[in-house]
Amino acid sequence: MSQIDLATTSLRELNETLQAQKGGDNQTAWEILNPRGSHALAVGLDAPIEVTVKGHTGYYCAGMNQQATVHVEGSVGPGVAENMMSGAVIVEGDASQYAGATGHGGLLVIKGNASSRCGISMKGIDIVVQGNIGHMSAFMAQAGNLVVCGDAGDALGDSLYEARLFVRGSVKSLGADCIEKEMRPEHLDLLTDLLTRAGVNAKPEEFRRYGSARKLYNFDIDNAY
Amino acid sequence: MCGIVGLFLKDKALEPQLGALLTEMLITMTDRGPDSAGIAIYGAAGNRAKLTVQSDNPDQDFATLAEELEAALGAPVTLRANDTHAVLELPADQVEAARTAIADRPGRIRVMSDGDVIEIYKEVGLPRDVASRFNLPAMSGTHGIGHTRMATESAVTTEGAHPFSTGPDQCLVHNGSLSNHNSLRRKLRREGVRIESENDTEVGAAYLTWKMQNGASLGEALEASLTDLDGFFTFVVGTKEGFGVVRDPIACKPAVMAETDQYVAFGSEYRALVNLPGIDAARVWEPEPATVYFWSH
Repeated sequence: MSQIDLATTSLRELNETLQAQKGGDNQTAWEILNPRGSHALAVGLDAPIEVTVKGHTGYYCAGMNQQATVHVEGSVGPGVAENMMSGAVIVEGDASQYAGATGHGGLLVIKGNASSRCGISMKGIDIVVQGNIGHMSAFMAQAGNLVVCGDAGDALGDSLYEARLFVRGSVKSLGADCIEKEMRPEHLDLLTDLLTRAGVNAKPEEFRRYGSARKLYNFDIDNAY
Repeated sequence: MCGIVGLFLKDKALEPQLGALLTEMLITMTDRGPDSAGIAIYGAAGNRAKLTVQSDNPDQDFATLAEELEAALGAPVTLRANDTHAVLELPADQVEAARTAIADRPGRIRVMSDGDVIEIYKEVGLPRDVASRFNLPAMSGTHGIGHTRMATESAVTTEGAHPFSTGPDQCLVHNGSLSNHNSLRRKLRREGVRIESENDTEVGAAYLTWKMQNGASLGEALEASLTDLDGFFTFVVGTKEGFGVVRDPIACKPAVMAETDQYVAFGSEYRALVNLPGIDAARVWEPEPATVYFWSH
C-alpha cells in the first residue's frame, strides 16, 4: 500500500504518479489522503490498480477511468467517473450531478444518493445507485444499465436510446419516449448480476424496468415539420 | 460561473471568528469568480440603523459626510470609514431621508445596504485583495454571505458585484444568470422598486423585496421566484434573522451544504467548507432543486 497525501503532494503529481502505473507492477494499492474536495482526482488511470480516496472530492473524480478500481470513502462532486471506459468506481457517500456521464463501460456504484442527470448520455457503463437519483437522469442514454434502489426524479430517461433502466422505488415522471417495459427472465438475470457485482442486497423482482419506446429516434414522417 | 459561500452560526462562541471563517471560504472560491468579491455580514444590533455606503473617492466624499447628514436630518450621525466603504449610524426613522440627502449631494456615493445589522462590502478585484482591504477576517457576527464573481450579464464594476441589497437587512447573492431580467426590471420600476444597476441579480433581489413588501414571507417570495424568474440560479439570501437557499428546478449551478451543532454552511463546492471546524463530522448534502431552505436564529 502506497499513500499519497494531498496536503504535501500536488494534484498534478498525484495524477502523474497514478497514470504512470502499468499492469503487472507489484504496486497496485494506493491510498489518497486529504482530498479536501479537490477536482479531477485520480483521472485518466489506465492500469488494474486500486485507489482509495479518504474523504470527499470535487468535480470529475475518476474521470476517463480504464481498468482501475477507485474507491471514494466520502461524497463526490459533479461528474464522477465521467466517460469511464472500464474498471470500477465505488462512492461510499452521495454523488452530485451527472455521475457517470457519457460512460462507455465499467461499473459505477454510488452507495448514497445521486443528484440530477445521473447517467446522462451513458454509452455502455453500468451504474448502480443504492439511494435515489435526481431529475433528467439517463437523458439520451444510449447503452448500458442504470439500476436505482431508491426513487427516481422527474423526466427519467428522456429521449432515451437503448440503455436499460431499473428502478425499485417510485419514478416521479418519465421523460419523452421513456416507457415501462416488461421484466423478462433475462432482465432478472442481468439485474441479479449487477446487484451482486455492486454488493447491493436487493431483490431483483422488486424492480421495474424502463426503456425506450423507440418512437423518437426512428424516422417517422409525423415527426417532420 | 461564480462562487457562493455562506455561514450561519448556531454557536455564539464562533461569532468573533465569522469574518475569518468566511474570508477563508471566499478565497477558496477565487477560481469560480476572480473578477470581484463581496460579503454581507450580520453583526450585533444597536439601537440605531446602519447605512453602508461606498465611494470611489472615499477621502473626499466621506470627509464631511456625517456633518452634512446631521445638518440635513437634524439628528446625530456617526461615520465609520473602511477603505472605499463607510458605515453610517443614524436613527432608524431617518434612513429614507439620509438616502435622499446622499443622492442629492455632489460626488458619487452609492448606498450598499441599510438595516439594523447588515453591512455590505464589495469591490472589483481578487477575493483575497478585497478581503484584505476591508479587513474582513476581523469582523464578527451571527451570519454572513460572500460571493466571488465571474461576470456574465453586466460589466465588472462595484455595482455589478454581489451581494445586492434592496430591502432593510436583506441581501442576495447569485450563481447563474437570469434571462428575463430586463422585462422584470421594467415591471418592478413601474411598481416603484429601487433598482440601481443593469445587473440581473439585482433584479432578482428587488423581486424578492417587492414580494415581501406585498405581504409574502421570505419563504413565499423564494417559492414565487421559481415561477417568475427565468434562467439559472442558485440563490443564497440573508435576512436579519438568518439565511436561505434556493436553486432553480434545473439546478445546474452547484451547491453543497454542511451542518453541525455549531453552524450551517453553504459552498458552491465542498472545497470552500474544508477548513470549517468539525467539518469531518458534519452532515454534508446537496440542496434539492426547486426547494426552499431556511435557517433562522
